[in-house]
Amino acid sequence: MKYIDEFRDGDIARKIAERLAAEVQPDRNYSFMEFCGGHTHAISRYGIAELLPSNVRMVHGPGCPVCVLPIGRIDLAIQLALERHVIVCTYGDTMRVPASNGLSLIKAKARGGDIRMVYSAADALTIARQNPEREVVFFAIGFETTTPPTALAIRDAQRQGLKNFSVLSCHVLTPPAITHILESPEVRQYGTVPIDGFIGPAHVSIIIGSGPYEHFAEEYRKPVVIAGFEPLDVMQAVLMLVRQVNEGRSEVENEFTRAVDRDGNLSAQALVSEVFELRTSFEWRGLGEVPYSALKIRPAFAEFDAERRFSLAYRPVADNKACECGAILRGVKKPTDCQIFGTVCTPENPVGSCMVSSEGACAAHYSYGRFRDIAIVATTA
Amino acid sequence: MCLAIPALLVELLANEQAIVNLGGIRKEVSIALVPGVVVGDYVIVHVGHAIGRIDPEEAERTLALFGELAEFEAQQAERAP
Repeated sequence: MKYIDEFRDGDIARKIAERLAAEVQPDRNYSFMEFCGGHTHAISRYGIAELLPSNVRMVHGPGCPVCVLPIGRIDLAIQLALERHVIVCTYGDTMRVPASNGLSLIKAKARGGDIRMVYSAADALTIARQNPEREVVFFAIGFETTTPPTALAIRDAQRQGLKNFSVLSCHVLTPPAITHILESPEVRQYGTVPIDGFIGPAHVSIIIGSGPYEHFAEEYRKPVVIAGFEPLDVMQAVLMLVRQVNEGRSEVENEFTRAVDRDGNLSAQALVSEVFELRTSFEWRGLGEVPYSALKIRPAFAEFDAERRFSLAYRPVADNKACECGAILRGVKKPTDCQIFGTVCTPENPVGSCMVSSEGACAAHYSYGRFRDIAIVATTA
Repeated sequence: MCLAIPALLVELLANEQAIVNLGGIRKEVSIALVPGVVVGDYVIVHVGHAIGRIDPEEAERTLALFGELAEFEAQQAERAP
């Protein structure tokens, strides 16, 4: 397909790899965080880790909305389905995220909850129109990329005078999460998570533009290169980051100029700020409470806010003790550092959220990367 | 989750909807978030909504950036004994 295939050319990827090998300084280590799960997935799936010089290390970031969704939020959606008998609509990715009492949305569905997987927020609106006698809640998750379609659904629900539709908003924001990581003791004090720069989000940046990252480059002296999700985009971004580090620069550079400019999608931004406002704080799995890092529905749209409509009270729930998702989401540990990785916890039966979505660090490593860890032994008869 | 794919816009419909062609598959998507798109544009589709468009010139420029690199490498190889 156009604009996909040409960005997956293996020969060019190997050439960029040669360039990288020639340009890295052998006496230093480079450690870059790819914020997005989309990049994590590309790095595992296309074998990018193998193409990088040994002194360039990629640290997986928390940019996977399924992974950072805390148990307490999923519990709210399950409660709506099982106790309030609401039709809960949600994206497929959230269906298998482990919640309290060994439940997940898909297990709650098996217990009789009316939980429906939708492709789009607009599909949830259609279900509400088709079921006027039932309450329909859209359990909305996602970063800035996914928020505008939710905002559109809420605005359309108001315009159409729908009385049985509301949204449980778990929309989160990228820049506060990056700030949180940069301010974390592992990065600032102990240096246990060295970060020399960031690969900036692809599709989030289509919406918010490259402007919001300028603060990180200036304030924290960390280079940021916004990159597309295709393998050549990622390779090129790593090369651009290595060049910035070598030259002592910390700037925002944009490799994904075919889709991202400095200002982003202004129509989408205007719609989001018409419908949503900042929460003072929101709990992220792994990161804990992060100030001003998520969105709630504005009072003008209060009737479409499921939290108000059903008087939902959020209750934090601790993760499974054996699960290392928290440390993995902060970049402190790798999937293979977790004792239950690939044994108790697998994509078929995930214990932690990072094993659920294909862009989660654990699922990506399980699907594509784990064979790297197995030594090849050849025996002859 | 942030997965989105470039698709060719082939037909504008009423109510800010449009038909896109995704590698041979025709699909209806919302274009409410990208005012001003026209038939022939490549839009980036995420959860049934076009959220942005591809700038063909910038795409060419990025590819050329990779290409120049390939050329550079070829020159290096020629120069090598």
